[in-house]
Amino acid sequence: MHPILKLVVQRIALGLLLLLAVSLLIFAGTEALPGDVAQAILGQSATPEALANLRESLGLNQSAMVRYFNWLGGVLTGDFGVALTNKQDIAQAIGQRLGNTLFLASAAAVISVPLAIILGLVAARYNGRWPDKLISGITLSTISLPEFVAAYFVIYLLTQLFPIFQPVAMVFPGMGFWAKLQAVALPVIVLVLVVLAHMMRMTRAAVLNVMQSAYIETAELKGLAPMAVIWRHALPNAIAPIVSVVVLNLAYLVVGVVVVEVVFGYNALGQYLVDHVAKRDLPVVQAVGLIFAAVYIGLNILADVIAILANPRLRHPK
Amino acid sequence: MNAEFDHLLKSAAKGRISRREFMGRAAAMGVSAAMASTLLASAARAEGPVKGGTLRAGMAGGESTNSLDPALAASEVPFMVNMTWGEMLVDVNAKGEIDYRIAEEVSSNADATEWKFKIRQGVEFHDGKTVTADDVVATLKRHTDEKAQSGALGIVQGISEMIAEGDMVTLKLASGNADLPFLMADYHLIIQPGGGVDNPTAAIGAGPYKVVANEPGVRHVFEKHANYFDSSIAHADSVEILVINDNTARTAALQAGQVHMINRVDPKIVELLKGAPGISIEAVAGRGHYVFIMHCDKAPFDNNDLRMALKLAINRQEMVDKILGGLGSVGNDFPINAAYPLFDSSIPQREYDAAAAAEYYKKSGHDGSPIVLRTAPGAFPGAVEAAQLFQQSAAAAGIPLEVKVEPDDGYWSNVWNVEPFCASYWGGRPVQDQMYSTAYLSTADWNDTKFKNAKFDEILLAARAELDAEKRKAEYSEMANILRDEGGLICPMFNDFVEAKREEVGGWEADPNGELMNGRALVKCWLNA
Repeated sequence: MHPILKLVVQRIALGLLLLLAVSLLIFAGTEALPGDVAQAILGQSATPEALANLRESLGLNQSAMVRYFNWLGGVLTGDFGVALTNKQDIAQAIGQRLGNTLFLASAAAVISVPLAIILGLVAARYNGRWPDKLISGITLSTISLPEFVAAYFVIYLLTQLFPIFQPVAMVFPGMGFWAKLQAVALPVIVLVLVVLAHMMRMTRAAVLNVMQSAYIETAELKGLAPMAVIWRHALPNAIAPIVSVVVLNLAYLVVGVVVVEVVFGYNALGQYLVDHVAKRDLPVVQAVGLIFAAVYIGLNILADVIAILANPRLRHPK
Repeated sequence: MNAEFDHLLKSAAKGRISRREFMGRAAAMGVSAAMASTLLASAARAEGPVKGGTLRAGMAGGESTNSLDPALAASEVPFMVNMTWGEMLVDVNAKGEIDYRIAEEVSSNADATEWKFKIRQGVEFHDGKTVTADDVVATLKRHTDEKAQSGALGIVQGISEMIAEGDMVTLKLASGNADLPFLMADYHLIIQPGGGVDNPTAAIGAGPYKVVANEPGVRHVFEKHANYFDSSIAHADSVEILVINDNTARTAALQAGQVHMINRVDPKIVELLKGAPGISIEAVAGRGHYVFIMHCDKAPFDNNDLRMALKLAINRQEMVDKILGGLGSVGNDFPINAAYPLFDSSIPQREYDAAAAAEYYKKSGHDGSPIVLRTAPGAFPGAVEAAQLFQQSAAAAGIPLEVKVEPDDGYWSNVWNVEPFCASYWGGRPVQDQMYSTAYLSTADWNDTKFKNAKFDEILLAARAELDAEKRKAEYSEMANILRDEGGLICPMFNDFVEAKREEVGGWEADPNGELMNGRALVKCWLNA
C-alpha cells in the first residue's frame, strides 16, 4: 500500500474511533443534564400524574446502558428515532436542517476563504505598509464585534436604511437557488465579517514566515516580481498552517453559528439543537451532537491529509 | 364633520391614501389625533373586510419541538396555530361572551350539573367529513385519557358522563358548574374527527384554514378551508406564521413588511416604534399577571404577618412604570382584574407602605436573616429587574431580601413550584372560577402558593354552581378578599399584551383573552389593498 493511502486510512479509522468515544461522551453528557425531559416538555403545566405518564411513555424508566446501545444501534443503521417532543422523524428533520446549515456555510466559505487568502497575500506583500495596516485594521475590528452586534448593524443598514434585503432569512423547500441566496445574503455578510480576520492573519503570518527563507532570497535575486515570489514560492510552502486555520473556520461555520441563526430566524441545525436542549429532547440533542462531532473530525482529517500532501517531507517519508 | 373630512376619511378607509397622510391632513383641519384615529378605525370597519391575499404574522414563542397535537399546546405559536386550523365547541369573544362555533346552542339544568350542546349542522372537517356529536364526545374523551397528556385534563376531569345523541352532546358533571361553556372554549379542546385518537397530530379540524406546511420553530403555512361554515371571517386566501423569537429581528421584519403583525413588542422599544411609518402599536389590557409567589406552608412564609409585610413592601406603581413601561395596571394580590366578568372594583387597592410593612415584619418575629427571592430572566420579561426593585423597596421597610438569579434553563422544573419564594407569571383564564380552581383551590395541581383555606374552597365550590350573577359576584368578592389578605400571592402587576401591526391590516380588535386577538388575528383580520 502506498504510504499516503495507508496514512489516510489510518486517519479515517482513528477518526471513527474518536467518533465512537464522542458518542459515549454525548450520551453521558445529556444524561447528566439537570431536570428531565418529561418535566421540560410539560413545563409550568406539569402535574405529578402527567409527569409519571410521560416518563413511562418516553421510556425514561429504562437504564442508561440499555438506552445507549439501543440508540447506537439505531444510529448505525441511519435511524435516529423520533423526537420525544413532537414525534417528528429526527433523520428527516435533521436532513433538511443540515442542508440549510451547509448551504449557509458554503455560501459564506465561497466568499470568505478566497477573500481572506488574497487579502493575506496582499498584506504580506506590503508588510508593515499602509495596505497591510488597513486590511489588518478592518478585519480585526470586524472580528472584535460580537456576531449579534454585527448582525443588528447589518439589519439596520440593509433592511431599514437601504431596504435591499429582508431581515428574516428563512429558507424553505421549493425555493429556487437564487431566492435562497438572496434570503441568506445578510447572514452570509455577517459570517464573512466574523471569519475573515482569523484566516487572513494566518495566511499573512505563514507567508511572512516563509519569506525569511534562503530560497525566497534566491527567487528575489533572480529578479521575480514580489507578488510572483509570494504566489510561486512562499504560498505553496505555507499551505499547511493556512489549510488548518481555514478548516477550523469552516467547522465553525457549520457548528458554531447559532447566534447568527437566531438573529436572522434562519432555520438550520444550531437553533434546532438549542430548542431541543431546552426541552431535554435527548435523542435530538444526541443526534445533532454526533453530527457536529463528525463534521469537526471529518474536516480535521481533511486538513491533515491536505497538509501531508502539501509537504514533500511527509509525502516521501524515509 | 364637513364633506371634505368625510371624503378624506373614506379615502383613508379604502386605503387610497395612507394612514399617515390621513392623520396629517386631519390635523390640518383641526381634528385631534386620537379622534381621527378612532374615526378611521370605525370607517375602516364600515368599509368591510377585503378578501384575498396572504396575511403573515411574525411571532415569538415557537420552538422546533412544537407538536400539532392540540392537547400538547403550551406556548404561544402552537396556540395560534391551533386557533387557525381548529374550532372548538364555543369561543369566548372580546367582550367576554360566548360565541357559538361547533355548538350552536347551549343550555343547562337548574343546578348547572347537566349541559346540552346542540351541534351545528353541516360543519365540515378539512378531510370532507361532517362534524358529528360523536366526534365531539370522542375529542373530550381523548383529553380525559391521561396518556394524551392534555393541558385541558383538569377541565375535562370534572365531567362524569358524556353522551352523544343525534345532534346533541350532553355533559353531566359531578358538581354544578355555571361556567362550563367557558371551559369548553379552552384552546386545547379542538374538535377532531374521531377525537383525533388515531392521529392526534394530523391537524385535521373544522377551522377556517388548513395546514399546508408545518415546520415547527420555523413557519406554519395555511390555506383557506373552502367549505368553512362561517363566511363572516377568514378573509385572506392564505395565512402564515413565521417564528421569529429574536425581538429585534421580529420588529425589523414588521418594519420591512415581511410580516403584517407581531406579538410581544418589548416595552422598552414601544416609544421608538411608535414613530415608525406605517406601524401601529396595540397595547391590550389582558388577564395575564406577573407575580412573586410564597409557599404558605413553608417557613418563614407560613407566617401571615410576614406574608403581609412582603405584600406591603412592594411598590406596584413603580413596577408598572419601570417593568411594563406603563403598559399594564397594578395588581392587588389576587389574580383577578377588571378584564374578568363579575369583578368587584370596590376592593381597596393595596399600596406600598414601608412603615406598615416594617410593623408587620416586626410582628412576624422573623430573625432578620435575608429572605431568598429566586428569579430568572425568563420567569417573566423584566423579572430580574422587578426582583431588584422589590429588594430595594423592601429594604426601605427594613426587610432584607436576597435576590438569587437562576438560569432560565430548568427554571420551571427546578425552581417554580419547588422553591418557597420565586418570580413567576400567569396567563389568566376566561372566567374567575377557572383561575381560582386552577391555582388556589387546596387540591389544585398547580397550587403554586400552597394556599390551603377551607372557607375559600367552600365558597369557590358554592359560587361555581351559582347561577345568580349577583350572588356569584359577592362570593367572588369574598374570595378575593381572603386571598388578598391571607394568600401567598404577591401580584404587583397585570401586563398588557403589547403587539404591533402594519397599517394595511384591517379588522383588528382588542381582545383581553389572549395574544393576537386570542390567537384569531390571522382569521379575523384582512389586508387592505
